[in-house]
This record gives sequence, structure tokens and C-alpha cells, in this order.
Amino acid sequence: MNYSQWPLIATIAAQVQAGELKAIDLVERALKTIADKQEFDAIIATLDDRARERAQAVDAAVAKGEKVGRLAGVPFIAKDNFLVFGAETTAASNMLRGFTAPFQATVIEKLEAEGAICVAKANLDAFAHGASTENSDFMTTKNPHDKTRVPGGSSGGSAASVVLDLAPFALGTDTGGSIRQPASLSGCVGYKPTYGLVSRSGVVAMASSLDVIGPMTRSVEDAALVLDIMAGQDASDSTTIVRDPAGYVSLEGDLKGKKIGIIKEYMSEGLDAGVKKQIEAAVEKLKNAGAEITEVSLPSLSLALAVYYVLCPAEVSSNLSRYDGQRYGFADDSAKTLDESFSHSRGRGFGKEAKRRIMIGTYVLSSGFYDAYYRKAQTVRTKLINECSAAFEQADFLIGPVAPTPAFKIGENASDPLKMYLADVMTVAVNLVGIPAISIPAGDSDGLPVGLQLMAPQRKDRELLSLAKLTEELL
Amino acid sequence: MTQLSREEVLKLARLARLELSEEEVAEFQDELSAVLGYVSQLQEADVAGLEPTTQVTGLKNVMREDMPRDYGVDREKLLRLAPSKQDGQLKPKRMIG
Repeated sequence: MNYSQWPLIATIAAQVQAGELKAIDLVERALKTIADKQEFDAIIATLDDRARERAQAVDAAVAKGEKVGRLAGVPFIAKDNFLVFGAETTAASNMLRGFTAPFQATVIEKLEAEGAICVAKANLDAFAHGASTENSDFMTTKNPHDKTRVPGGSSGGSAASVVLDLAPFALGTDTGGSIRQPASLSGCVGYKPTYGLVSRSGVVAMASSLDVIGPMTRSVEDAALVLDIMAGQDASDSTTIVRDPAGYVSLEGDLKGKKIGIIKEYMSEGLDAGVKKQIEAAVEKLKNAGAEITEVSLPSLSLALAVYYVLCPAEVSSNLSRYDGQRYGFADDSAKTLDESFSHSRGRGFGKEAKRRIMIGTYVLSSGFYDAYYRKAQTVRTKLINECSAAFEQADFLIGPVAPTPAFKIGENASDPLKMYLADVMTVAVNLVGIPAISIPAGDSDGLPVGLQLMAPQRKDRELLSLAKLTEELL
Repeated sequence: MTQLSREEVLKLARLARLELSEEEVAEFQDELSAVLGYVSQLQEADVAGLEPTTQVTGLKNVMREDMPRDYGVDREKLLRLAPSKQDGQLKPKRMIG
């Protein structure tokens, strides 16, 4: 089940800096693997010329004895909702097909400044709306372990890329579970930072009170390194928060005396037996290693998905109003008036799920329904935050599954939007509360990967990564 | 939750500037009704004494200097993305039908 070939990111970078590895060879290897694994449809486009140029620049700098950064020559893959200079950025939507990024995301800047090289853009559910990549306007990514199944979503292309060994790491975005759920279903590490820890400037916005950016990797250590480079305030994203002065790479401590709360509501009915077994086995190992296990309850958790499916579409309908066929993106030229040009361009450029969310969002924000839906959902959000704070008084960390089932079959949930939304049932609460969470591989259920979810209070990202590393070593 | 009528769906589509096919209108009547039915469980929640949350990390009025910043973007590059333009400006369709 383990396709892993790339060494740890820090090892690659050190060897490039030492002149033992050439960045250009790493890029060529990544591009070749991408070509070899094309049948999984993980990748929308490769950035061959741009990647080779950057690799040559890194190698030239090494040859001159210059310091080339902590990610020197390390290839990576960005979900196709990250703007990369001069590269097409589609968000896997017909609306943005052919759109060339005129500037680039802050995180791409930061990673490139450390010598990392973006080699490709990964597939996703269009505009990140979905849990399987089946909503991509272009293609469905296949699960690396079983081609008849989904890789999860929306960052399914990124997760599959890491598991297929296309590059040492990939970037994802997580609005309701879009990093953790595909990490769980495909079998890699997926990290969702505290809300605001990583700048979202230059990333296609979905639901701005929930969206975060994070790394998808093969190890917790790699995730910590990539987060360490991306984290921190950015004048271009006013929601960003101050980074931990201690950084995110010195992962220390031990499990003795750590209080970990099992979320009662996540372990009850509706949970696949194989998933449940693996989560219980992981908890047992943590207990044997000295962690103190308690049970916590968040009574409003059963409402989290309903809160999410009011707030998320509301924010989506607002964020997607910018796609109007006038300045960039798909435009329908047959319209006779400006008003027709808006509705034709949007009606023909957006796929089914984007339209569905815009419609729901418009409904819950419209006059007469705003208080009953939107304001009520925001208030239940407060209740959930309060319950979560209370749980963190009983435990340092929370633990549970990432998804109720392993990877489902392509087409299995596609015809019923409500059924597809249920794939997010164990991940959305984290976004609503703004806390950090991680999915780490915890064995399999009938040969399909199962992810374990660990959660910490806001701004405890380093502590969470430390716990995750200890847990990873146990599993 | 009652079923959304055809007129209600068309009104929403109009508000959102979304042209829908007849088929989509019919589908959305069912699908939106199902989703709105599901989220209406929120109405039962007891939230007495609680305020709505809009910002989870407690940030307020974040300010920065209003200075130009170089993103590497120029007018030419941006105009190249526009579907319809004339004399260095965007050219929309006429406003009055």
C-alpha cells in the first residue's frame, strides 16, 4: 500500500544544497512520474518550462555556493485553486478554463523563496465544492488504492498526488474537510491549520469565514516544515494571525500525561465498522503509551453539518458573484444586454454544484429568510464554539475519525447532493470553530486507507503536530 | 419543509443572475427543498442568550497602510484576461435592452 519513494523533504533540500542532488533531476523525476501515473487523473496541468527554469536557477545558485533555502529543489504540486504566476488556474471549472494567473498566491511566493518548485496543478471538485473530485468540470481523480473509488475531495488530486509519489508534497485547501477527508480516503497526512494562520491571498475563495490552506504530505514532519514556511501574517489577507514564535518544526514532548478526549458523538452510529476498529486501536495504543484518555461530548455536533450547509453556500454565493463574464473567466458572447451577459455567462460557465450552492446561499441570505437561516446558523456556531471550549477544559486534544467511511465508489453518492454532504459530517465542525486538525494514516478497512483525526485548541498548531508525530510513530 | 415552487426557484436564479434550463429549474425544486429541509433542523436549536459568530479568532478592524504594493500585475496583463475590450478599457454589452 505504500508507494513512498521520495525521502523526507528536509533530506532532499539538504542534499540539493550540498550538491549531491540536482534540482533539475528532481523536477524531471516528478514530471516523469506524473506522466507514468496519468491514468489516475490527479493532475490538470504540468508546469514543465517554468519548473525546469526554476530548477536550473536553484542548481546555478548551489554551484555558486549560495544558500538556496529550506526547500531547495523540492518539487511540489498545488491544488488548481492556487494562483501561480503565468500558469493557468482553473479551480477545475469551465468558468476559469484558460485563465492565466496575473499574480500569485502569497504561499507560492513563500515556498518558492525557500527554493521549492511547483511542477503541476492538481484536480479538485470545481471551486472546491465537493468531497470526491466528481464535481470537477474536467475529470474524476481515481483513488490510488482502487481506481473504481474516489480519492476524496475537494483536494482529491493533491491527496492522490502525494500517495502516488508524484511529488514530496502538495497543497490543499480545507473549508469543511477538503484537506483531511481526501488525506484519509487516499492515505496521506493532511494538515488543517488554525483559521488565519496561513494567508489565503491568491487562492480562489470559497467560504471566507471557513477557508484555510494546508500541506498534504507523507509524514507529519514534512507537514510541519511546509507549515512553518507558509504560516504568519500577511498584509494581503487581513484575517491572518501571528505565528507561534517557537515555529512549527521543533516537535517535542511525550505522550505521558497528555489528556486526549474521544469525541463521543463521532464514535456512534453511522460509523463504518472497519473505521471504528482502527480508531479504537489507535486510541488503545495512545493509552498504552501513557496518554490519558477521556470521553468528551459536544451535544450540538449533530447540528454542525446543518450550520455548515447554511454558512458555506451563503459565503459561496457572495464569493462567486465576482464571476460575471466581464473582466475575466468564461463569457457568453451571445447575450444582447449587460444583464443577460451576467446571467448567461454564469449560467453556462458554472457547473451544477456551484449553481446549487449559489442558489441555496441566495435563498438563506434573501430578505425574509436571513434571520431564520443565516443568523440562526451563526448563533448555533457560537454554541458549538462554547461546547468545544468546554471540551478543551477536560482534554488537551480531541480525537476521532476523519470520515464515516473509507473511500466510496465513483458514482455512489453523485446523484444525491445531501448524501455527498454527509461525507463532511466529521470534519466541518473544526472549520466552524477555527481550530487546527490533522488526518494521519491509521491502517485500513478492507484494504482502503483510514485516517485518524486529531484536534487542538486554536493556535496550538505546534502542540498538535507534536502529538501527531508521536501518534504516527505508534501506528 | 414544503417544496419550492417553480416561481421561487426562478426568483432565486434571477437574484443570483443565473440562467437555468427548464430541466435545472425542476431539479433545483427538489434538491433545494431537500437541502433546506435538512438545514431547517437548526430552527429547533436553543440559542437563548447567544450572539452570532462572524469571526472565529477574535480579530477586529485590522488596518494596514493604504500604500500601493507591487504584485507584478499591470494593466496590459489584466486587460488580456477580459473577454471584450476597446481602447484599453472593458467593453460590456449595452445596459438598456
